[in-house]
Amino acid sequence: MADVIEVNCTTNEVTIRPQTAEEIAAAEAAAAQAAADKAAADAAEKAKADAKAAAIAKLTALGLTADEVAALTA
Amino acid sequence: MATVNPTLIASQVVGSGGAASVTFSSIPNTYTDLLISLSTRNDTSSSNTMYIALNGSTSSFTFKQLFGDGGAAHSGSGSTNEIGVSNSAAYTASTFSNTSIYIPNYTSSNYKSISVDTVVENNATTSYALFYASLWSNTAAVTSVSFTLTSGNFAQYSTAYLYGIKNS
Repeated sequence: MADVIEVNCTTNEVTIRPQTAEEIAAAEAAAAQAAADKAAADAAEKAKADAKAAAIAKLTALGLTADEVAALTA
Repeated sequence: MATVNPTLIASQVVGSGGAASVTFSSIPNTYTDLLISLSTRNDTSSSNTMYIALNGSTSSFTFKQLFGDGGAAHSGSGSTNEIGVSNSAAYTASTFSNTSIYIPNYTSSNYKSISVDTVVENNATTSYALFYASLWSNTAAVTSVSFTLTSGNFAQYSTAYLYGIKNS
């Protein structure tokens, strides 16, 4: 278990103490939330990329050239 | 922005045991802005995101970010207290990230804006440089600032410097 460091800017006192159970729980909850947020962001980015690829495929199927598709999607 | 004449308020170097968090508390209200300089490294290789707490609060934060990862430029946004990146243990040995955090008008009764410039050091293709424009939607004066990581601890020799800046 790592310590937490607190510097009192008024007294210049430095306190180094072990994490409390509450602080450990809060850190674990924050880590879980961060992982969930990242997973959601990754999923959203993938969905956006998939939608773009599908749109390009449909434009190509309609007869647009690669240059024309690129002009629309740039 | 105030004239940049930073006065060192406090600093801390992480010792051999590492640190789960670093906090500057009882920050005096005699300055206009706060400037924080961090040089950090993690003791784990699983994550490199760093978080901020103001007055112990980790809620009511939002941000926009621009960043590069060595391969492409990206942008993003979020509603967490993410504040930067820290070198992971998987990065080049003995290298540390650099993060500059500016909090103007930290004693005001308005919401607090936070500007961040952060970069990791890594002798590899993948590395990160990010800008954050963050907002803490809270009207309380800032009296303490804390930093933590997604997981793991700040490694030995990580440093934190807190400066106060006056506009007169």
